[in-house]
Amino acid sequence: MSSELIKVGMADYKVGRTHGSIISYGLGSCVGIALYDETVRIGGLAHIMLPYSTQARSTENPAKFADTAVPLMLEEMLRLGASKNRIRAKIAGGAQMFTFTNATDIMRVGERNTEAAKTILKKLAIAIVAEDTGGNYGRTVELKLENGIFRIKTIDRGEKEL
Amino acid sequence: MSDEVRKLSNLQLDALREIGNVGAGNAATALSQVINRKIDMSVPQVSILPLGEVPEVVGGPDVMVAGVYLRVYGPAPGSILFLLPKSSAFALVDMAMGRSAGNTTSLNPIDESALMEIGNILAGAYLNALAHFTHLTMLQSIPALAVDMAGAILSTILAQLGQLGDYALVIETAFTTETDGVSGHFFLIPDPGSLQTILTAIGVRE
Repeated sequence: MSSELIKVGMADYKVGRTHGSIISYGLGSCVGIALYDETVRIGGLAHIMLPYSTQARSTENPAKFADTAVPLMLEEMLRLGASKNRIRAKIAGGAQMFTFTNATDIMRVGERNTEAAKTILKKLAIAIVAEDTGGNYGRTVELKLENGIFRIKTIDRGEKEL
Repeated sequence: MSDEVRKLSNLQLDALREIGNVGAGNAATALSQVINRKIDMSVPQVSILPLGEVPEVVGGPDVMVAGVYLRVYGPAPGSILFLLPKSSAFALVDMAMGRSAGNTTSLNPIDESALMEIGNILAGAYLNALAHFTHLTMLQSIPALAVDMAGAILSTILAQLGQLGDYALVIETAFTTETDGVSGHFFLIPDPGSLQTILTAIGVRE
């Protein structure tokens, strides 16, 4: 099998197994939530832009919110054969791209996204084994389906692997 | 579909395009005066895009850009974003600071401040024309700057729209300088509730 690249857009999630990577480009205040089952090498990556569906007026796309995207992605991974007690999470993103002196709530959406991701993962009893969140810079995130490595690329702050 | 932007008629879209034309025309004139160059401006595009596709307008979410962002206050709040490729941002700073072309390779705090001021002037010119046209009060916030991936820069604005819908109404104008190849995009993204206010003000509400 070729090493294919599965792309995840804003407010979407994708799952895959064994080969290739799932990648999402240019996360700012959004959070990338990667779930991975090492034993069967099944993984998923969600690119959420808002914390809770309960706080929004439009909830047509559940992949947009942390609280609804994660359970859906988890369900899909379980259908592929992943086991919930083996799944571990890694998260990245949640930056505050612009600094205003009178930062309104919406400017802090990155921080709120990170908090919501942690809350929903805790509720689902999935351990977060690594995170790279906050700051004021963008990130491109890639989950390698072969080994669960979560690679973070930035413009000025180099690259790291979680 | 709950998204009000998807229900706009052709007449309303034309009216919004005219708003972009009036606003961006004024902004291009202001920019032309600041850098003392002739500016070519595109016909404004009014697009209704799924939120995730907005970064494609400037070449994709991982394209490196400089973005000056301002909030619009008043009866029709929204966001203004002045996005330009990194190379164009550097060239623009060279012109504004009176340096010869190619001198800027990274932005120091004074360069950043110059870029924000250019964004400020452009937004002021744009909103002035818009306020005149609509008879609505339009006030601008202080500008904020980020140099990063386009997707990351747009994410805050898109998150704001995402609370109310899955589509963004984007009034976008591209401009280039005639001789130096500086290019950029000027975006006006009304907050969801503002659209009806603007359409009512210009007399094209259904």
